[in-house]
Amino acid sequence: MDATEIGLWGVPLAILGGAIRVSTPFIFVSLGEAITERSGRINLGLEGTLVFGAMTAYAIAVMTGSPWLGLVAAAGAGLCFGLFHGWICKFPKVNDIAIGIALMLFGSGLAFFFGKPFIKPKAPNLPAIPFGGWSDVPQVQAALDVNVLFLIGAVLSVVLWWAFRNTRAGLIVRVVGDSSDAARAMGLNPNTVRLLATGVGGALAGIGGAYLSLYYPGSWTERISSGQGLMAVALVIFARWNPLGCFAAALLFGGAGALGPALQSVGVTQGYYLFYAAPYILTLIIMIATSSPTRSLAGAPGELSITK
Amino acid sequence: MSDSVRKAVGVETIGMTMRFGAFTALDAVSVKVPAGSFHALLGENGAGKSTLVKCMMGFYHPTSGDMLVDGREVKITSPRDASALGLGMVYQHFTLVPSLTGAENLVISREKVPGIIDWRKERGDLAVFMERMPFKLPLDVKVAELAAGEKQKLEIIKQLYLGRSFLVLDEPTSVLTPGEAQEVLGLVRDMTKAGDLTVLMISHKFHEVMAFADDVSVLRKGKLTGTGRVADLDHKAMAAMMIGDQPIVTLDSRATPKPDAEIVLKVKSLKAPDRTGMKSISIEDLGVRSGEIVGIAGISGNGQKEFLEVLAGQRPRDAGEVLVRGAAYAATRAEARALNVRLIPEEPLKNACAPKMTVAENISFRTFDMDGNGRRVNWISTGAIRAFSARLVEQFKVKTASLSSPIASLSGGNVQRAVLARELTGEVDLLIVSNPCFGLDFSAVAEIRARIMKARNAGTAVLLMSEDLDELLELSDRIFVMSDGALVYETPIGRASVQTIGEHMAGHH
Repeated sequence: MDATEIGLWGVPLAILGGAIRVSTPFIFVSLGEAITERSGRINLGLEGTLVFGAMTAYAIAVMTGSPWLGLVAAAGAGLCFGLFHGWICKFPKVNDIAIGIALMLFGSGLAFFFGKPFIKPKAPNLPAIPFGGWSDVPQVQAALDVNVLFLIGAVLSVVLWWAFRNTRAGLIVRVVGDSSDAARAMGLNPNTVRLLATGVGGALAGIGGAYLSLYYPGSWTERISSGQGLMAVALVIFARWNPLGCFAAALLFGGAGALGPALQSVGVTQGYYLFYAAPYILTLIIMIATSSPTRSLAGAPGELSITK
Repeated sequence: MSDSVRKAVGVETIGMTMRFGAFTALDAVSVKVPAGSFHALLGENGAGKSTLVKCMMGFYHPTSGDMLVDGREVKITSPRDASALGLGMVYQHFTLVPSLTGAENLVISREKVPGIIDWRKERGDLAVFMERMPFKLPLDVKVAELAAGEKQKLEIIKQLYLGRSFLVLDEPTSVLTPGEAQEVLGLVRDMTKAGDLTVLMISHKFHEVMAFADDVSVLRKGKLTGTGRVADLDHKAMAAMMIGDQPIVTLDSRATPKPDAEIVLKVKSLKAPDRTGMKSISIEDLGVRSGEIVGIAGISGNGQKEFLEVLAGQRPRDAGEVLVRGAAYAATRAEARALNVRLIPEEPLKNACAPKMTVAENISFRTFDMDGNGRRVNWISTGAIRAFSARLVEQFKVKTASLSSPIASLSGGNVQRAVLARELTGEVDLLIVSNPCFGLDFSAVAEIRARIMKARNAGTAVLLMSEDLDELLELSDRIFVMSDGALVYETPIGRASVQTIGEHMAGHH
């Protein structure tokens, strides 16, 4: 069988495959952002962390030949960015959003600076598991070629959802995010908790970056991220700070992102560029639909600067 | 820990002194609270009550002075030291985390929490613990969904769960209905009588102190002005210790209301979403006549704030009409001017002022763009603004360093005076006021209430929303109770009973 034979069925199949492939960075960045925001801080710098993570992962993978070492290095770089953000924000009168924007530009700039020599060489990719082996339709096989990071992300979202209610660390993050006063009365230091939460969030964003350069699209270029890090922030709000919601929302965004290429692949030649904008339009629609001038967001952490 | 109930401890401060720079907030205060007693700490705002308890709880490090717990001298340098000695504090503002359930709040506040929480075991332990408690509470509900009285009980339960046997209660009844206040304080007093608990309660309500406390200490301007058995003191003696000899403005006597006076404010079948968007407020029919004060009672969070926001034009309405003198009113600047509507929202610094702008500018917000004849001007005269506000500052006795200080630098009472000056100057046909005296001291409260009464006697229609039932009973001609977004009860002042109003506030009807 070939592509023409499955005809229009190729579109939903490509969207499914695309959702799985494109959503992975969204999953990691939004889970990281969910942790950070649950602790009461916003890190808009995750876009820069994502790009820097992508560069680091690619560079290390090229130099060592191991994509896994690249992944670890990206997580480490992300951790550093997160901790840096958390450290600056502990000073009084520092605005987390402004610092986030500064770090976003700084991270991208630094990545371009160090990444120049790595644009040419080819790095080994992260492995994928073929779940489509039962089918002999190549599109099905392609769609169900699932990268391990997607699976890890899925497991991680369930674990985080569980951990927010059943572990000490999870409850502490929620306490700090909801009320600094209550946290202080308990003898917790909100700044330390937020520092760590921002650090972990940064590490996850770094992993999201590693996926970009080491699997899909699978090479290091300066245009590797198209705003995923920023959209993930919108996605966390849409998901109401719930890790399971983040996973579902990431799939939705990934599917929307795959719409353009899918239509192109079945021979739509006109206007498909408009569908490339689908994730951005989706972001706008979701933000408008879920916000209201007369009521506050349900489930929003009380200490978040945008909801205060 | 929860499984070993400690007996009550006695606490004593000796010559506690706290200076902030040149300012002495606490001047050699010695208070003795024997084990198993219920001690009240009276005083006005700024008298040093909170400073004293913060020194006792280790939030502040006193400049000098000692603490005795059970007769032994102790050093308390942090809240952690205090809790190790069994000392705990219930704050006026809740310290529970709203998005966590009661059980989650209790468990996470413990000193040692396991890395992974075994909820089945914890729930079992909590059930056993709650058996011994005088309060019954749902622990699986998010704290945000609890009523204020339940939150207050949970705060107290949390302290007991943590094994504290000396509790500081900071104005514990300020957010409760009279019924809830009776219940909570009664149960706490039973625990002190049984010798399980010692209580130091900060309060400014005499009737509570009279009804529940064994002993009382009174602070004024950082000094201990009196102490003794409550049984030996009366209302007057305590008031004298508390406010000293400063003169208190008395209310004008109430001019007889005219039953056929013009209805200035009319609200008809008004509907608006509340701030969660889940519920809505609905006001069926409300009329306020010229020369009367209509009070709206209710526990905070029952839609009063939203109602005020609708009247102030800050919140869109879904349906219904707001009429002032028969004309539709949507709270635009032009309408407010034409119909002489004035508004004093709660927390005036936040809701009615631009905090960093000067006192003069804030006072002239209503008039700065008009000349003497009420016509709009394009060039604003700073001279006229200063002259106008200087006159008002003088007339309303606003204490300010200068007219050009930012209004945020004024004390709460003086901010309220400045806002009152702005809102009550000129023709006022309708005045909408919310919690005008919250957090102010005696003399400011008396003065502000007197001003409102004066406006009423001059023919202004006043709609007064307040969480302070005493204030409503003192000022209003009629009282409505707002519960769950609707006006559920109406009574003329002559037949008003605290009991009945309280029951309606709690939604028991």
